[in-house]
Amino acid sequence: MRKYVLGVGAALCALVVGASALLAAEDKVVHVYNWSDYIDDTILKEFEAETGIKVVYDTFDSNDTLETKLLTGNTGYDVVVPSGSFLARQITAGVFRELDRAKLTNYGNMDPAIMARVAIWDEGNKHAVPYMWGTTGIAYNVKKIKERMPDAPVDSFRMVFDPEVIAKFKDCGVYLMDEVDDMHQIVLNYLGEDGNSQNAETLKKVVPVLKAVRPFVTKFHNSAQIEALANGDICLTMGWSGDMLQAKNRAIEAKNGVDIAFSIPREGTLMFFDMLAIPADAPHPDNAHAFIDYLMRPEVIAKASNYIFYANGNAAATKLVDPAIVNDPSVYPPPDVMKKLFVVTPYDAKLQRVATRQFSSIRGGE
Amino acid sequence: MTFGAATREATRARWAARASLILKPLQSALDAFPPSRWLMRRLDRRALKGRLLAIAPPYAWLLIFFLAPFAIVLKISFAEPDVAMPPYTEVFALIEDAGSFFLSIKLNFSNYLLLIEDDLYLRAYLNSLKIAAISTALALMVGFPIAYAMARAPRRWRGALVMMMILPFWTSFLIRVYAWIGILKNEGLLNGFLQWLGVIGEPLTILNTDFAVYIGIVYSYLPFMVLPLYAALERMDESLLEAASDLGCRPVKAFWVITVPLAAPGIIAGSFLVFIPVVGEVVIPDLLGGSDTLMIGRLLWAEFFSNHDWPVASAVAMILLLILVIPIVLFQRHQAARQEAAR
Repeated sequence: MRKYVLGVGAALCALVVGASALLAAEDKVVHVYNWSDYIDDTILKEFEAETGIKVVYDTFDSNDTLETKLLTGNTGYDVVVPSGSFLARQITAGVFRELDRAKLTNYGNMDPAIMARVAIWDEGNKHAVPYMWGTTGIAYNVKKIKERMPDAPVDSFRMVFDPEVIAKFKDCGVYLMDEVDDMHQIVLNYLGEDGNSQNAETLKKVVPVLKAVRPFVTKFHNSAQIEALANGDICLTMGWSGDMLQAKNRAIEAKNGVDIAFSIPREGTLMFFDMLAIPADAPHPDNAHAFIDYLMRPEVIAKASNYIFYANGNAAATKLVDPAIVNDPSVYPPPDVMKKLFVVTPYDAKLQRVATRQFSSIRGGE
Repeated sequence: MTFGAATREATRARWAARASLILKPLQSALDAFPPSRWLMRRLDRRALKGRLLAIAPPYAWLLIFFLAPFAIVLKISFAEPDVAMPPYTEVFALIEDAGSFFLSIKLNFSNYLLLIEDDLYLRAYLNSLKIAAISTALALMVGFPIAYAMARAPRRWRGALVMMMILPFWTSFLIRVYAWIGILKNEGLLNGFLQWLGVIGEPLTILNTDFAVYIGIVYSYLPFMVLPLYAALERMDESLLEAASDLGCRPVKAFWVITVPLAAPGIIAGSFLVFIPVVGEVVIPDLLGGSDTLMIGRLLWAEFFSNHDWPVASAVAMILLLILVIPIVLFQRHQAARQEAAR
């Protein structure tokens, strides 16, 4: 009898130990939620092959969508990629866990200057590391613009904010961004105001500018311009630097005769950083760290930049990025342009309501 | 034949045995529960058992998937937005004071006040109702001839025709709406065809307008209109029309005097089935509509995603529900009256 009890006891112990070992080791999977058209798929395959961790990859096209999911909680995502000012608000709401630097062996590759810039949203760089950064600028169909306005100010936001200029392109299709915050900040900067203004009265100055050009705008969107521009459905759009260069390359690959150019307007524009972070309730935090660490390897992130045409924040990677991209002033802007780029902090709830209300009434063409 | 009947009998008995396996414990559990014992005594036992079994699943369904979410949304509509997870303040809180516990309830009505103060919401509600009403009328105009032709088609074709009406549902709704972008855009199929015919010189701008929204809605919701109409028209006795014709009534008049009144149940059912979901429609105006297509579904989206203001979004949803409850109740009454009449 005693023997029997011992036997059962031993078996139970073995079972418990085995089970806890199983529980301790995470499933070999990592759920990643990133922007659409924002990675070279071979990076995911190579990560899977090297680590045996399966990547479940899902995409979004606006910070709003991501933020709403994150604030709901239990997203099931292990790695998410919010932009800087959204990250700041989400950190306040307690969405993210602190990164474990010990698990990020490639941390030393990051560019200290970039890390200092993104610290305005994430004090001490505790919660996130930059993935890519870029600017919001203007992209256009070279031929169609030239036909309609040979002396078009293609290096200025007048292209979209000056009613007399934009009116000339109404017939060939114009898109503006559908990001409430970005549009306010960029227009304020265009007007010579502080782009990062947190004053409701200042914010109101955006309305007449956008209302005046509203009749000439086909659509407000964040991601559709890549396809529309590459297909020749539109001739002028605001867009994120890398996206617009992707559109340019898609048109070249399609050999459809569409020639696209992107410019960072001389008035200066918004600079955004997309940040890799781990939600506090991520089911596989170890795998998440492994994935982020993998993306901080110079050769990996360089490969990503070569594919999506965005600048990364990895100092060791710059020499590995295709020279055509590093030397492209619209991706890695020269110092004088860099000086005119600005970053912003999030609006508080009241200001956010003012901004959203203004923007939706503009969008609605009231 | 006898063999078949015997097997059926055996099957029935087997099912009855299985059912009693489940019912017996349920019955005894009910019997053990004093109030139910009292109830049982008052009501006919067997009738109650059957009724309970039939009624419980739909009520449980409604409770879990309608009433519970409704209560949660109602609660959030009285909260305040907050930078937190989830992004609103708690309405109910348990407060301890000198050893006793109090339930504190903080109701914030400013979300509803905002909906009144800012005319944006009123205009969005009205515009949604307008779009829903026009779409319903268009769907009726397009759907009636289709349903009529189906009901008058030779009997052996009707199954196939109904199937054709249902077939589009086998493809995702989203993909079908997306397909319309390809058809309606400036360099799309429709404009290409019209230009090829020489009807138009310059492409027509259809995509990103209200007109495209109407096309999308009528296309997507047409089966909901056609099927009830078909059901009503198919039952109609054609000899009534013959009699009318014999008595000298012209076809047009016979249509209005005989066919339409007899199809009325189908018209009403179809109209409600189209109208109610269209008011809250968000996908079609987003994909096909312009940025100035103001509908309450999109506004709700903006409150939720752009403003991160779940309380106001909830308040918008509550009011929308109130607006829709009226036609839903009317529809229910109508259905009940019809069933009564059929009996």
